Amino acid sequence: MGAPRPQRPKASIAIERIIEFVIRLSGVSAVFFVAAIFFFIFREAVPVLWDPDFDFAEFLFSKEWYPTSVNNVRYGTFALTIGTLSVTGVAIVLAVPFGLGAAIFISEFCSPKIKETLKIVIELLAAIPSVVWGFIGLTVMSKLIVSVTGTAVGVNLLNGGFILALMSVPVIVSIGEDALKAVPDSYREAALALGATRWETVFRVLLPAAKNGLLAAVLLGVGRAVGETMAVLMATGHAVQIPHGLLDSVRTLTANVAAELGEAPAGSSHYRVLFLTGVLLFAITLVVNVAADLAVRGIRRK
Amino acid sequence: MTASRLAIEVSDLRVAYGTKEVLHGISFDVKENEIFAIIGPAQSGKTSLLRCLNRTIDQVAEASVTGTVKIDGLDVRRVKDVFALRRKVGMVAPLPVGLPLTIFDNVAFAPRCAGMKARGELEAIVERCLRQAALWDEVKDRLGSLGTALSGGQQQRLTIARALSHDPEILCLDEFSIAIDPVTTMRIEDVLKELQSRVTIILVTNLVQQARRLADRTMFLWNGDIVEVGSTDVVFSDNPADRRTYGYVNGIFG
Repeated sequence: MGAPRPQRPKASIAIERIIEFVIRLSGVSAVFFVAAIFFFIFREAVPVLWDPDFDFAEFLFSKEWYPTSVNNVRYGTFALTIGTLSVTGVAIVLAVPFGLGAAIFISEFCSPKIKETLKIVIELLAAIPSVVWGFIGLTVMSKLIVSVTGTAVGVNLLNGGFILALMSVPVIVSIGEDALKAVPDSYREAALALGATRWETVFRVLLPAAKNGLLAAVLLGVGRAVGETMAVLMATGHAVQIPHGLLDSVRTLTANVAAELGEAPAGSSHYRVLFLTGVLLFAITLVVNVAADLAVRGIRRK
Repeated sequence: MTASRLAIEVSDLRVAYGTKEVLHGISFDVKENEIFAIIGPAQSGKTSLLRCLNRTIDQVAEASVTGTVKIDGLDVRRVKDVFALRRKVGMVAPLPVGLPLTIFDNVAFAPRCAGMKARGELEAIVERCLRQAALWDEVKDRLGSLGTALSGGQQQRLTIARALSHDPEILCLDEFSIAIDPVTTMRIEDVLKELQSRVTIILVTNLVQQARRLADRTMFLWNGDIVEVGSTDVVFSDNPADRRTYGYVNGIFG
């Protein structure tokens, strides 16, 4: 038997345990908080399902939203859902090409100096509060749309979509650029050595290599668009209707909750239906996330 | 001795990264259809030299290059279509880099960049190159699976197939055996000997015995200078021109 092996001091072991516990707690707490949010929203929403005047199918598929009518109360959110989806759709169409294009430019084409400047500017763009965006939509964008298209009202689907796109682009750019930066340089070198131009390198090698990260970037951008409230409340015109064109006003699920929850007496059917709208938003987000997850897995399998 | 044409002429080539010069004005020639080995310890400038041949050194922002490199008598720095130049010089990197594409797309990459679209032609090239790289039999049933999913040795042969796909006149291999086992190394060495009739091969290697087995001529590069360049028989003999060469190839040199 040699000399006794050096032992770690007891205090050090105890500290190790405590740190491990704290880290574990912060991990588990995320699950706990999500579960708690679910629970409280459901608790406020669920009683309305047993209300004899409430019809769940009507809630989902009717476009009649008259929550404060004296003799004909209707809680149909279909027009609001379409409002959310259409504004998000317009935002995606505008933001994804610009966002990914900017990410590719910053990561692959521009000089280090421009890169630094652009990154700072884009981070600034991400830091602008949504109410300021809404204000821009309400004043600048609205006037611009009226003068360009000659429509009567400047706060509409196009305006909201545009503002949301401007809000999503920074998210898409910064995450997309990270994804491209994570592609090993050896791929770029190999492609160039094979006689590829920079564009061919981007399209044939970098985009396929970074597709998971780029998809994540797009989805986080979409998430930003679906969940955004204040800016769309101010920029979309707030009319409950199914839009027939880009220049029609719409109202989104989120804006509706924000605008009406303060007016609805706590515990009333109106109040509960607004919480049910929250559940619906949850469901939409969940569908987007699951779809994204499946898409990423599909890409991986291939 | 037959007077063969020169595939590569390098004269007074200097490469510096910032203020640090890594090649101090070297000059040598490579003959057509020979296997030309470059040996030397790490940091002797071997990879920088290869990068000058296909001008991928252009991508290194702080690199400065003087002197001339001629391929087929043409100064590479005067070449207008650098992409065509790079297709003329096949390059195999030290660590196998399967691009994140299918095996087929990996090999068809360069022909496609050169503008080839016909499926039949591409298929023929893919099969020929994979056969030449001794990989065809192992992957012929799964050309659609990812190149990055192959084993290290297979990926290295895939990069060789890829380097052959654009019909290069010169094939540069930069320590190709660094990540693969001796059996696969031997198979690739056999492949190189077969290819010699069609292409000029530049073999950068840390394995001096590999140079001895394969090369017609060997160049010993040390700290950015040529110590000796000559017929492999002489370089590896007991009486090379420079005593340092004897020390290095026999492993008694620091």
